[in-house]
Amino acid sequence: MNVIETRELGKSYGKTWALRDCTVAVPEGRLAALVGPNGAGKSTLMNLAVGLSLPTTGTVTVLGMSATAPAVLHDIAFLAQDAPVYKNLSVADMLHLTKNLNWKFDYAQAKARLADLGIPLKKKTGKLSGGQQTQVALTLALARRPRLLVLDEPLAALDPLARQDFMATVMTAMADDGVSVLFSSHALADLERVADFVIVLGNGELRIAGDTDELLAEHRLLTGPAAEADRLAGLLEPVQVKRAEAQAHLLVRTGGPTGQKPVPPGWEAHPVGLEELVLAYLRPTNIKSSSAGSRTELTDVTR
Amino acid sequence: MSVLTLPAQPAQATAPAPVPWQRMLWVTWRQHRAMLIGLTSVLAAVAVFLLIAGLDVHHAYTALTACRPVNSNACAALNTHFNDAYWPMGNTVDIFMNLTPVLIGMFTGPAVLARELETGTFRYAWTQGIGRVRWTIAKLTLLAVVITILAWAFSQLFDWFFDPIMDFEAMSIVASKGVFDTRGIDFAAWTLVAFAIGACLGMLIRRIIPAMAATLGVYLGLDLLSWLVLREDYPVAIDTTDANLFNGPSTPSSPWVLRTWTVGHTNWWRYIPASRFWPMQFIESGWLLVLAIALIAATVWLVRRRAA
Repeated sequence: MNVIETRELGKSYGKTWALRDCTVAVPEGRLAALVGPNGAGKSTLMNLAVGLSLPTTGTVTVLGMSATAPAVLHDIAFLAQDAPVYKNLSVADMLHLTKNLNWKFDYAQAKARLADLGIPLKKKTGKLSGGQQTQVALTLALARRPRLLVLDEPLAALDPLARQDFMATVMTAMADDGVSVLFSSHALADLERVADFVIVLGNGELRIAGDTDELLAEHRLLTGPAAEADRLAGLLEPVQVKRAEAQAHLLVRTGGPTGQKPVPPGWEAHPVGLEELVLAYLRPTNIKSSSAGSRTELTDVTR
Repeated sequence: MSVLTLPAQPAQATAPAPVPWQRMLWVTWRQHRAMLIGLTSVLAAVAVFLLIAGLDVHHAYTALTACRPVNSNACAALNTHFNDAYWPMGNTVDIFMNLTPVLIGMFTGPAVLARELETGTFRYAWTQGIGRVRWTIAKLTLLAVVITILAWAFSQLFDWFFDPIMDFEAMSIVASKGVFDTRGIDFAAWTLVAFAIGACLGMLIRRIIPAMAATLGVYLGLDLLSWLVLREDYPVAIDTTDANLFNGPSTPSSPWVLRTWTVGHTNWWRYIPASRFWPMQFIESGWLLVLAIALIAATVWLVRRRAA
């Protein structure tokens, strides 16, 4: 089962499209990283997924239901950017509030976790550090026992130590309760080691999405003489072409739907890292997006 | 092992779960108690003033009406004293009383939704399991009920305070806006509608201060509309040729003469007798209640379809 499925999903504000023609399916049980620069449409996609906004075009299905169905919130927990909590309420009040706003809420678990974190219940949430506020918000979200946890840039305000704690909590929830996670970040480094699914958004468009392992297996960085780069690029439809003085680097999708492509003589193939791969899709040298289709199309580079 | 504090009541796809009033009562009280306590405190402070001043007014008026012979110098002195001491004060309080519904509405309505939108906390509130429609219905309904009851109780005290002044100045309970608007159930109905206007504009404008200003404007427009246009057309007016009805001295029970005209040699009057006070009250409060419910429904609809 897919926890999130979008079909030709689009959202426009006036004439500006924040998200366009996005078709993607995230399988259950994954930590799906939603990456892209600021303004790429990550928050838009998340708001659509949790029903906070309505699509302009297309559909979004979450846990098998329309994202706008009231019942879907029963099983989704959303942590919005900057962890909005009521700053004038105490931690204990936030706990009661969230308990009262949900049909199921694991009060004991939440209280125990806050005690573990050393967060005083009587303190106003506005007086806590950014990291503690995020931890409170995450604790409340997890105590709702969601099947899907949607996290919008939760690490932005956290120091490295708090990031580590946060990630540990998320990973534990995934392991213990089988929670699926959609996690957005503009800094891929946070998610590189833990994301088993990646969705790359750029400028409101889906650049690529898929299983991390499969994507890494499918892509290679070819290094060879610059003189042959154009000819080869025409042949292999690379994602990205980088030229140094004598050498050229072509990031190529060697496997996948188009079949395995052999490494040409005189060229060396290296595996690519996730960050390299994502950046290549975000900053393609020779990419043209088609307005008609949801998939980005690679164009010939023979000019 | 952790225990769920409440059994899961999954929202069935077919039958939507009802609004959990008891939980929302806690939520509403916790989040708006500062506003409610503030409102109650201000009203209570004014109530203490009305109580003290009211005893004084009643005492002076009892002395005045009991004074015999009516034409004596002593009675004239009492009359002058009442006129100088209590009429200006009563009149000022009455003007404030006429503005109280919109003041209450401005300070309670817009913040309910606009604060969530201003601070971004709606992203938390509207993604909880209860859902944003139930959340909005419950909050607005509970606040509306509490505010309306407070306003009604307050207006009862004011009526008692104002009775002697109304009597002294012979203000008609149907013709005088200052009296009709603050008596019976009209004051509570206007307060309810002011709250609903505020809540709706808070959702529409999404910012508290501009929504407060807009609430004032819309309310005053509606107030003038009802006073200058609608109220005369409530189906309670009577046509008569009996001039004696309008000959007596002015009292609070004097009729409200809407217009006169002549057919042949006969003079006709269209008027609203004081005995139609309650039908008028119910008509006005009735449409205000319908309007308030419509505004709250519109607010819920706006929340439901809001594009984040």
